[in-house]
Amino acid sequence: MGINTDKNSYTLLFAIGMVIIVGTLLAAIDSSLRERIDTNKILEKQQNILYAIGINDNEGSSVRFISKDQAPIEFDKYVVNQIYIQGGKIIEDEEAYLIEVKKEKTLAKDASYNRRLPLFIAEKDDKKYYVAPIRGKGLWNSIWGYVSMDEDMIIQGAYFDHQAETPGLGANINQRFFMDDFIGENLLDSNGNFKGITVSKKNLDPRNEIKDDNEVDAIAGATITGDGVSAMIKSDLGLYVPYFKQLKQN
Amino acid sequence: MALLSKRDSKLILDPLSDNNPITIQVLGICSALAITAELEASVVMSIAVLFVMGTGNVVISLIRNIVPSRIRIIVQLIVIATLVVIVDLVLKAYAYELSKTLSVFVGLIITNCIIMGRFEAFALGNAPWRSFLDGIGNALGYALILVIVGFFRELLGSGTLWGYPVFGDAIDMTGLYALGYENNGFMLLSPMALIVVGIIIWIQRSKSTHLIED
Repeated sequence: MGINTDKNSYTLLFAIGMVIIVGTLLAAIDSSLRERIDTNKILEKQQNILYAIGINDNEGSSVRFISKDQAPIEFDKYVVNQIYIQGGKIIEDEEAYLIEVKKEKTLAKDASYNRRLPLFIAEKDDKKYYVAPIRGKGLWNSIWGYVSMDEDMIIQGAYFDHQAETPGLGANINQRFFMDDFIGENLLDSNGNFKGITVSKKNLDPRNEIKDDNEVDAIAGATITGDGVSAMIKSDLGLYVPYFKQLKQN
Repeated sequence: MALLSKRDSKLILDPLSDNNPITIQVLGICSALAITAELEASVVMSIAVLFVMGTGNVVISLIRNIVPSRIRIIVQLIVIATLVVIVDLVLKAYAYELSKTLSVFVGLIITNCIIMGRFEAFALGNAPWRSFLDGIGNALGYALILVIVGFFRELLGSGTLWGYPVFGDAIDMTGLYALGYENNGFMLLSPMALIVVGIIIWIQRSKSTHLIED
């Protein structure tokens, strides 16, 4: 090779050329796969929501969603109504499940913005389920979930997930031994005021037989992730209390 | 290995035993600790590294004569980062569940010093075919250790393999658990990965004594 690769001008040209080639390549791949990736994300949301109302392929003690092909069909079958609540008003929106809680939370930092609160109403075996998305912070990164409730704000099912919690510890919030404990727990205290559910290390109820104590058993070694779950339930589900109060009155 | 000359097959086989990137060169420890709590994650990480290392070595080898030596490290980083982003996007599109388990760790590939090490030490001075073999060999050596560590950590830590319970159900107390067996949660924490790697090094050195320095 007769090129003097040590010249400044050559180095600069090489760097520019490399950036252009790599940039074009990545942009091309990203745009060609974007559609598939977005579909995957939507299907995952549907699977999560269905999981929260008990539509899943669970085997033994492991979590199995219903298959991706089945998800849209089952979703249309069970989820009868999708709404979002904005500033006390209830607005119907067939695609409310696509509202991103993360974006709404960021927008809501501006006090003039009325956050949209999505709620999905599902019917299974003549029973109504109200599914709300929640989102918060774990130890390393975001955690989120879908909680289904009945009219009295008693939890009927929950699915939690995380971005990057510690494998084997905080990451276990998406395991059944943790999530199943929430089923039957009451979000309201004995006076009917919203209290949330605390992931507690000292509730002396490891099998979670007491359902009206607003507490579930924590995961050993995952204190901060557990606190994150308590916090997101309290902050995000608390916002739905007026809706449920109204529901009771009618 | 009739396909390869003796010299070439050495490139593949050496990193599997006497020149293993993890147990002998002690590189790539960071990712070996992070993702080996589950066998599945170990295997996927290995495949991703295999791809990045194989293609990366070839790319670097192809451009080895035109890369200005002053910015060669940056060029290496860009090649790795590009390949990693491609792996990430492809996983997100075709194996979404897996991409979720690996989301953070895919980024870890970029900082995997085995890859930079092979680029710098081998691909910059050798022809593409040999570089490819070297990349594959080292990735396989890395994969071998990852899979062994992942196997023991998942088996002893969670009582499962590839997500399937092998010892019975820990919550319903069936199988081995009925006899009082308990999972060792400590196996899931990173320090135990180091200890498992240490045991592998121990076994390896006691078998091939020429590896022991005075």
